Amino acid sequence: MGAAVFFGCAGIAFGPALALVLLTVAAEPLRVIVLVAGAFFWLVSLLLASLIWFVSVHLSDREDAKLQYGLLVFGAAVSVLLQEVFRFAYFKLLKKADEGLAMISEDGRSPISLRQMAYVSGLSFGIISGVFSVINILADSIGPGIVGIHGDSPYYFITSAFLTMALVLLHTFWGVIFFDACEKRRYWCLGLVVASHLLTSGLTFLNPRYEASLVPIFIITFITGLWAFFTAGGSFRNILKCLSCKQEDDSRVMMYSALQVPFED
Amino acid sequence: MITFMNNSDSEEEPCNERTSLMSAESPPVPSYQDGLQASEAGEAQKRRTGSNRSPNNIADGEMSDSGVPVRESALENEEEELTLKYGAKHVIMLFVPVTLCMIVVVATIKSVRFYTEKNGQLIYTPFSEDTTSVGQRLLNSVLNTIIMISVIVVMTVFLVLLYKYRCYKFIHGWLILSSLMLLFLFTYIYLGEVLKTYNVAMDYPTLFLVIWNFGAVGMICIHWKGPLQLQQAYLIMISALMALVFIKYLPEWSAWVILGAISIYDLMAVLCPKGPLRMLVETAQERNEPIFPALIYSSAMMWTVGMAKPDTAARGPSQQTWDAAEDGRENHRSPSHADSQMSETRSPVPTRPITSLEELEEEERGVKLGLGDFIFYSVLVGKAAATASGDWNTTLACFVAILIGLCLTLLLLAVFKKALPALPISITFGLVFYFSTDNLVRPFMDTLASHQLYI
Repeated sequence: MGAAVFFGCAGIAFGPALALVLLTVAAEPLRVIVLVAGAFFWLVSLLLASLIWFVSVHLSDREDAKLQYGLLVFGAAVSVLLQEVFRFAYFKLLKKADEGLAMISEDGRSPISLRQMAYVSGLSFGIISGVFSVINILADSIGPGIVGIHGDSPYYFITSAFLTMALVLLHTFWGVIFFDACEKRRYWCLGLVVASHLLTSGLTFLNPRYEASLVPIFIITFITGLWAFFTAGGSFRNILKCLSCKQEDDSRVMMYSALQVPFED
Repeated sequence: MITFMNNSDSEEEPCNERTSLMSAESPPVPSYQDGLQASEAGEAQKRRTGSNRSPNNIADGEMSDSGVPVRESALENEEEELTLKYGAKHVIMLFVPVTLCMIVVVATIKSVRFYTEKNGQLIYTPFSEDTTSVGQRLLNSVLNTIIMISVIVVMTVFLVLLYKYRCYKFIHGWLILSSLMLLFLFTYIYLGEVLKTYNVAMDYPTLFLVIWNFGAVGMICIHWKGPLQLQQAYLIMISALMALVFIKYLPEWSAWVILGAISIYDLMAVLCPKGPLRMLVETAQERNEPIFPALIYSSAMMWTVGMAKPDTAARGPSQQTWDAAEDGRENHRSPSHADSQMSETRSPVPTRPITSLEELEEEERGVKLGLGDFIFYSVLVGKAAATASGDWNTTLACFVAILIGLCLTLLLLAVFKKALPALPISITFGLVFYFSTDNLVRPFMDTLASHQLYI
């Protein structure tokens, strides 16, 4: 059971993320750097949130279980808010980097667009957030043990895996929407992203009543996904065009220079 | 265990190599006539310093006939853009081997129990940490650090003196001895422990065959010639083996204090004017020699293409992958240059006859990173994996921190264009993230996970 659960849950949790990374990020060095730097920013936000929680726990009465649970809720809310703050900080950094890249490039355009950076940064937040949430659980799932022997839910592993998958996708979508909202200064979009993050995190408090937490979270994921799709410029027509696999007419003119040595790849 | 450790003063060398990333300014673009010669000189200059930019050839190819200032500013712009474009690629070229080394070390630490068992200490860290009081333990670890760092300093200075006074045979012998030890003895121990962990039986003849082949091919690849990727793989493996030895034999607190102290030492040794490593790099530059082969990981690959010269027969393009030992070699001499300088710089390394026909047309330069940096990054991540109470979050946080530190170091390299120490930023981030993740983040995430809360 150990290895099967491990591989299954790991596949569920990180399958989409791995596919997205392999297909879209791994080939381009700049995107990989944006990915790793995004993970760093998320980690710093988590560090600060943990510090706040740790200090508050140490200043409070350890024996009071309700108080500790309340502090945990508080810590989770602070963490969500800090994550969004650091997402904004990352947006600022990437915007500056984008301008810098555009300035020094040959044709005045940076090699990576802000939208691509939004997508990669969202993905990076999602991956590192998912990994930090679930990797210890996955490591424990290999070893011997019985799930829920003290009366907890026996579906712990698989629901954790599904929640992680939803979280990864949600972060990706939030990244796209957030950056676009910051670009276009639509602050209500920003507020909506933060609110939906808080809502998602709050819904996990209803665990182990999984029908109350998993189902709404997946609905939110789907809606946010549609929203991100339309924000990124997608439309019904685009989908049809993509599915029909029509070759687009390249109307660019090719220029040849007889004096140039051709590049050798 | 102590007996073979005595010989490990030769193993300290991997610790002494630092980032030797240097890039010389590319010369201003002259007219096309002497453009080739000047670009060769520029390439020669760059190659001496073991630098990492190929596209100056491309820049030279796009000659404009406008005035020199325009060309120069255009060249500067292009140079900057090319730096950044190639900067991102170089960062990835270093991310991959560093990640691989760390993966090997973490996988070994998590599965083979031998490397986490306490089984004595190195003679370089004589003070034990088994004391009861915290103050005594701290004092012992600081004393251990002082001894270890002094040993490293003494050996680095010794190495630099040997290099300065051209005792190449001694250095070469030292390097060969240390790689022999790593490739044969440590590999034998590693293989033995892995086989023990997975309860796989292997007879001595097979073991001998495997170790002999592994070690012999490794010696050839590292010290002489071999396919680039095989050489890179061997360098990663010996770095991982060395890191595992450190993780096993350094006591806990000493390891952390040593990591901190060695990044400070690295900073001073590379940046201070009288620092040993800086003197090493500068002496190597003056003599147009590569800095010790077999102690630097290089992602470079060199292409040599024959150019049709009016008075000589044209040669077809030939691709040769050269190992790091030959990176510093000038192989694009035009017939007018004297070849005596070439033969002088050849002495430490087995030579290969260079014809004067070969002109460099395109060259893919890589980045070089000292093996000591690999080792200490892996020690940090491995120690995090070994001692962080079974927690994977700490290991991953340290991993991300080190990668970001490396990225920032390369960015600074692109800005400052001189040799930079690769340890300080990464190790600082790594240490900060280790202690904060282990003490602050871990309880938070564990409590959240026990209630199945997601943030």
